[in-house]
Amino acid sequence: MKYEVAVAQIKPQKGATAYNLDRIGEIFAQLEADSPETSVLALPETVLSGYFLEGGVRDVARSAEQLFADLLAVYRQNVKRLDAVLDICLGFYELFEGKYYNSALYATLTASDDFLAPSIAHIHRKFFLPTYGVFDEKRFVSRGRTIEAFPTRFGRVAMLICEDVWHSISATLAALKGAMVVYVLSASPGREFSGRHIGNIAQWNVLLPGVAEEHNVWVVYAGLVGFEGGKGFTGSSQVVDPWGNSLIQASMSDEAIIRATIDMDDVAIARANSPLLADLEATLGDITLQLQQIAQSPHQK
Amino acid sequence: MNRLPIQYAPAFDPSSSDNLRINEALMTDWLVAFLQDEIVRRRKMTKAVVGVSGGVDSALVAFLLARALGAENVYGIRMPYRSSSQDSLDHASLVVQATGINIQTIEITGAVDGYLNLAPDADGRRRGNVMARARMIILFDQSQKLGCIPVGTGNKTERLFGYFTWHADDSPPVNPLGDLYKTQVWALSRYIGVPSVIIDKPASADLIVGQTDETDFGITYEKADRVLYYLLKGFSESRLVEMGFPAAEVKLVKRRLDTTHWKRHLPTVAMLSNTSINDYYLRPVDY
Repeated sequence: MKYEVAVAQIKPQKGATAYNLDRIGEIFAQLEADSPETSVLALPETVLSGYFLEGGVRDVARSAEQLFADLLAVYRQNVKRLDAVLDICLGFYELFEGKYYNSALYATLTASDDFLAPSIAHIHRKFFLPTYGVFDEKRFVSRGRTIEAFPTRFGRVAMLICEDVWHSISATLAALKGAMVVYVLSASPGREFSGRHIGNIAQWNVLLPGVAEEHNVWVVYAGLVGFEGGKGFTGSSQVVDPWGNSLIQASMSDEAIIRATIDMDDVAIARANSPLLADLEATLGDITLQLQQIAQSPHQK
Repeated sequence: MNRLPIQYAPAFDPSSSDNLRINEALMTDWLVAFLQDEIVRRRKMTKAVVGVSGGVDSALVAFLLARALGAENVYGIRMPYRSSSQDSLDHASLVVQATGINIQTIEITGAVDGYLNLAPDADGRRRGNVMARARMIILFDQSQKLGCIPVGTGNKTERLFGYFTWHADDSPPVNPLGDLYKTQVWALSRYIGVPSVIIDKPASADLIVGQTDETDFGITYEKADRVLYYLLKGFSESRLVEMGFPAAEVKLVKRRLDTTHWKRHLPTVAMLSNTSINDYYLRPVDY
């Protein structure tokens, strides 16, 4: 099965949810006009508000249901074709059961209930919260407790947010739970300018193909752009195939939409030649024992 | 015995500045994008003012602003005191010629002496601070007149050394150079086309005749930047000495760093509640 994915990297206006929703509406309209065959649209981490909000998280956080309702309304304002359907995957600050989270929503939007009922497929709450240097997430949001794969119209996928991917265990869990596509949403501030690429882009260019190649999954990366208080996000949205080839990569600083075709059959082809995931599954019992031992005695004697 | 070749990793060279190398093209693009985003997108302004001293820092900022906003939207202000060197004025003119930015000269002598005549005992440090603060009054006033933003030029080395007048040189709300060591400012300036006479001359605040930064510091920028690089990474003084840095230089740089933390912060406010601003009530600068 093939489907068309688009990644839009934009510069959100700080704390201005309504304005940023309108920007997403413009993207809906553009995709409908320019490439209505697009099936999935991915947008970066915290795209509705900007990333560095500190206490402002509590001003902009909303429930997934409220966000879904807003996105659906904006979609239907901008897309009038009655059989139009678009899956969307985006990052937002969430208020859920009395706590704030840095979350990602995956939902199916439709232009008409008569054609297909719109629905929320999954909410991922960021598992690894960076709290060092320029980052201070644990101060303002709670940590998600699970990493899940979930069914979509195009097969089983997972979402991870930024630092989640800097720990190889996250993508491993997603792949073991059946994800064939991993959507990675990020707000990655640029730092270190000594090499060919900005330091964090160089690291993403290792991490994302690494995830794809180790587990033979598609990786769709959406990176925020724009500066927030001197800290510039490095964009570089990309789509990586299950062999680790980056098929297309957006610029590090400009707003853009990138497009690629995802062929889910490639996952099986890649895994047949490099059955690393199957090898991992076969050793899970031993790995689990090891992990339990480590968890029970965290400090070496 | 069949002896195998042994290959040694190269020893650390404390006289190497390799760790301070930058990708000038990449950094230029980034800083231009920074200026465009912070000035135009965030603040909805199209113009900027910058004090052009004739030194390398303000020259580099003028070049970056010209790229970011267009030379016609950049206003360089020369603000000489009567003791300022002619070289400073001439080099500021070179920057204007090379970039095409607008230029205006506003003497600060009257304003500065108006106060200093009432303070005849003021030493060089006090006089320098008055000049720096007078320049900042003018820069902010000119920005108000032009409906634009003043852009700062302080580099990372002088910020870490506290080598600036508090709430003067450090006060413009946007600064593209504040995370660049002085040696990196030189490298970027060479790349972007700042005239070499400006880059190669001894850096000076030009507040006192004959003054140079490195004489004031007691160490060259090159040596100081290498030590600062490792101190900021978290290396201890003893570790740096073990790596081959001269103990006296490490001590000098560390003392400068440790005695100036206050200059890199806003004023100390007595905390009295659990809604204390910037302790509990936290909102970012661009919120």
